[in-house]
Parts: sequence; C-alpha cells; structure tokens
Amino acid sequence: MNAMLDTWHMAQRHIRALLRQPWWIVVTLIQPIIWLVLFGGLFETMENTPGWPEGVSFLEFITPGVIVMTAFFSAGWGGMSMIEDLNRGIIDRFLVSPAKRSSIIMGALLQSALSVSIQSVIVLVLALIMGASYPNGIGGLILLILIAALVGFGFGAFSNGLALIIRKEESLIAMMQFLLLPLTFMAAAFIPLDLAPDWIGSVAKFNPVNWGIEAGRSAAMDPSPDWGLITSRVGLLIVFGALMATFATRAFRSYQRTV
Amino acid sequence: MTEQKAIEVLDLAKQYGDEIQALDGVSFSVEPGTVFGLLGPNGAGKSTCVKILTTLSHPTSGTAAVMGFDVLTQGAEVRNRIGVVAQSSTADREATARENLRLQGQLYRMKGKDLESRIDGLLTDFNLADSADRIVRGFSGGMERRLTIAMALVHRPEILFLDEPTTGLDPEVRAEMWEEISTLASREGMTILLTTHYLEEADNLAANLAIVDRGKIVAEGSPEELKRGLKGDAIHVEIGAAVTEEAVIAALARVDGVGEVILNERTLHARAADGARSVPSILQTLDAAGITADSVTVSRPSLDDVYLKYAGRTMEQAEKSDADQKKPGSDREEVTA
Repeated sequence: MNAMLDTWHMAQRHIRALLRQPWWIVVTLIQPIIWLVLFGGLFETMENTPGWPEGVSFLEFITPGVIVMTAFFSAGWGGMSMIEDLNRGIIDRFLVSPAKRSSIIMGALLQSALSVSIQSVIVLVLALIMGASYPNGIGGLILLILIAALVGFGFGAFSNGLALIIRKEESLIAMMQFLLLPLTFMAAAFIPLDLAPDWIGSVAKFNPVNWGIEAGRSAAMDPSPDWGLITSRVGLLIVFGALMATFATRAFRSYQRTV
Repeated sequence: MTEQKAIEVLDLAKQYGDEIQALDGVSFSVEPGTVFGLLGPNGAGKSTCVKILTTLSHPTSGTAAVMGFDVLTQGAEVRNRIGVVAQSSTADREATARENLRLQGQLYRMKGKDLESRIDGLLTDFNLADSADRIVRGFSGGMERRLTIAMALVHRPEILFLDEPTTGLDPEVRAEMWEEISTLASREGMTILLTTHYLEEADNLAANLAIVDRGKIVAEGSPEELKRGLKGDAIHVEIGAAVTEEAVIAALARVDGVGEVILNERTLHARAADGARSVPSILQTLDAAGITADSVTVSRPSLDDVYLKYAGRTMEQAEKSDADQKKPGSDREEVTA
C-alpha cells in the first residue's frame, strides 16, 4: 500500500515536471507521427514485395511497430532524469526518507507509461485517418498499448538501473545509442522477419522489442489473433520486466556502497 | 541505564576502495536536545559520518545508533525520526516550494489538513509564504537553502542533520541562517548535528563539538572548554625568509613562558601565558638567531588555534592540501567528503 502511494506521489512529480515543458510535449507528440509518416511514405512499396503478408497495408504493418518502438525509445532514455536527480542530491533525499526504494523507479516508469499511452493513441488515430483499419477494435488496441507499456517497463527499469551504476550522462547516452536502433531493426518493426536475413530472424527471437511487436501486432491487427503467440510473448516480457526491476533495485544497493 | 543518547557513535570507520580511509575509528555521542558540531576541513570525513548516521551509506566497521536505533539493522526506524539537510540544495527545481514540501510530507506518510497546515506554517516560518507557488528554479540561494531546511522539518523530526548548512551563502544570509538554526534548537528542543568548516559557525551554534581531521576526532568538548584548554594567548609571527622549524623551535626554547611552537610555511605559531609581554623577547631572540620577523599578531585563543594545536596545521592549510586529493563517488562529492 505504502509502496503504491509512494509510487503515485513520485509519478506526480515527474508528470508535473513534463507538463511544465511545452517543447517537450510538442516534440514527444510529433516524434511518433514523424516515424509513421516518414517510414510509411519511404517504404510504402514494401507491400508489393513477394512474401508480404496478404491483405495488410504497409501502414497497418508498421503502426504497432511504431507504437512499441516509441515506448522502447522513451523508456531507454528514462535513466537520464535519474542521473539528473542523482546529481542534484534528490535521490539521496529520497533514500534517507521512509519512501519505498522501488517507488523512486516505479514512479518514473509510471509517468513514462502514461506518456507512451498518450503517444500511442495519437499514432493510432493518425493511422486511422491515413487509412489503416483495426479488425479487433478497441480491445485489440488497448492490448497493444498495454504490451507497449510492458516493453517500456522492462527497458525503463534497465535504463534507470544502468543510470545508478554508471552515473555519467555521456556514458548512458553512448550505451543507449548502442542499443536503441539495433534492437529496433532486429525486430519485425518495419518489415516481416520472413523478408529479413535469417540471422536477424534468429536474433529477434531473443529481442524483447520483437516480443512486444509480434504480440501487439497480432492482438491489434490480426483478424484472428494468435493467442498462443500473444500469451507466450507477454509471459516473456513479464519475466524480462521482473528481471530488470530486480536489477534496478540491486543497482540502488550498488549505488549506496559508493556514497 | 543512563539516559538515552540522541546519537551514539562507536569506533566508526569507512573506507572507499583500497585507498581512501574517509573515517578512521570515530566515536562520539550527542545528548538529546543539544546542538553538536563536527568541525573540520573539507575532506575530513564529516559528511561521510552524516551519510552513515542517516543510513545513506554503510560503515566498513563500527556501530552507530540514532535515538537508540542501529543505523545498519534498524534503518527504517532511524529514517522515520531524522531530517536531513544536505550540503547543496536538494529541492526539485522544476517544482514550486509548496509542491516540494508536499511531496516531502507525503513520503513521511503525512496527508490532508495536517500536512497542508504544516506546509503553510513552515512557509511562514521560513519567510517563503510569498513565493510558495513559484518554481524553485527562480529562487535565490538563500531562499532555496531555507526551503531545503523547511523540507527537512515537514515531518517534525527528532534529530536534524545539517551538512555544511551555510556553505556557499553570503555572510548576511549566513548570519540569518545561524539565527534560524538557534531558534530551531531552542524553540523546538530539537537535537541538531551540524558539520561545518567555519570556525565561527561551530563557535556560535554548537554546545559541544568534535574536531575532525583526516578521518579522526582530534579533540572534543564545548567551544569554551576547548579554548580554555589552550592556556594563554596565540602568537603568530610572519617570518621574512624561509627557515626550518627546528631552527625556530631551538631559538624560542630560550624564551620563558612560550611553548607549542609550530612553523607552517612562513608563519610561526606559538602560545604564551601572557602574549603581549612575551612579544619583545620573542622578537629579540628571533633576531639574535638571524630570523627576521615581518609582522606579529597576538590573539585570544580561537577555535582556529584549537584546530592548529590538535591537527598540527591550520584549517586553511588543511583545506588547501585536501582539496587536491581525489574524493570518492560522483562529481557532486568533490565538494563533500
């Protein structure tokens, strides 16, 4: 109970800070739209490629990819605000209060999940306007957003844990740059893995971003969703999230050993 | 059993890595309702001590208890009872003063009317009522400092830790801050542990103090006791040309009533039962030994002299030499330790 209240209070702090940055809001809202319009336009002819899934437009294909990717990216950068809070002594202030340790990270992740949900809704509405159709209705779309949030949770925890260990903005930026694009492209975000080289398909099996994209796409876009695939990928994402949350909590201990 | 100490520290040691011994067997205790000062140069180990007492950092060895609760095994009990003001402001600069206070209260499980009226009271007490709903980014250094202290008090802690409460403030604001701290101590009967490298600050505020140097406590007592322990006046002589300490000590050994001779670079420090009367013979003796004196000052004992006597160097020198040493941890700690 206390942990949940603390998390909510911590999240409120992050949400307020974001709402006070109009430029952040504008950029965050525009970013996924750019992905959708840019990639949608650039690679539209992909849908004429032999082996492209029957009856799926390129726009419909990449919409779940863009949503999961947006969640993944914003989660990946989550550690930056952790480093800023560390440098300002704010984390130390929380650590000497009775606040639950986990709430420091969970609050940030909750805020991130909320902004990702808003971004997702905007992407979905825009894709709809651009001609996409959603065979599974609202239910499928909500499941897609939840799955995207789950991907965000795991990578957000990872980024925060990493921030506590390396504590240098430059190092975190380098680490994240190293991970973000490769993990996005080693997944079925923009083309089906059948059309990608075999080795990418093999790597994607172990890529949480791909788990999220496959499950989310099936839930939202597949006229007959593959529930076996959805359940197994969501299960994997939950395990991944739990591991990363444990890692992040451990990272606090490692941080406290050095102060 | 004797009365419960507010803070009880026994043989506390903290080592960072293989090299840096931040604390090297520190013991002291603080009576409830008093202001206790840890005085020493930057890098002496004061902040490390505060970090251990506030459960942020773990000691390498030794024990520490706050209000009778062990900081290692009963951390949660300790955290509920303490307020901590860190060296630099830890307020959230993107939030308003009121929001900062509210979150702080919420983390201590305060809520509703109780919390809101406490916030209003603190905003008034700390002269922030007019800026309550302004974003902290626009605050002056003094305002931000007052807010940080108010934040540490929201939950009415039994013990307040103040780590270098006036570092970086201009003298006027510093005097105001001293006022606030004395008021807190006397009005609320709160136990306060403060660290400082300002001698006058310790002299002004602390009922008892421990002088910390290179991870060890070198002297302990009330400021008066410590100064009284010095017996006599302090004499400082600026020497014209470089000489060895041995030469100076040998020369002054012939002067009656002068002792505790220390040479620090070009400044000679000595102690005399009657300073003013010893000056002529000191100057004569130095002159006879071929040592020229540029200037002489005689003063009543100050805490600086206490520090000099026990640490073997002046605070200023200690600050200079220790500032170059690498400190553990993040950038932020380069001014800490």
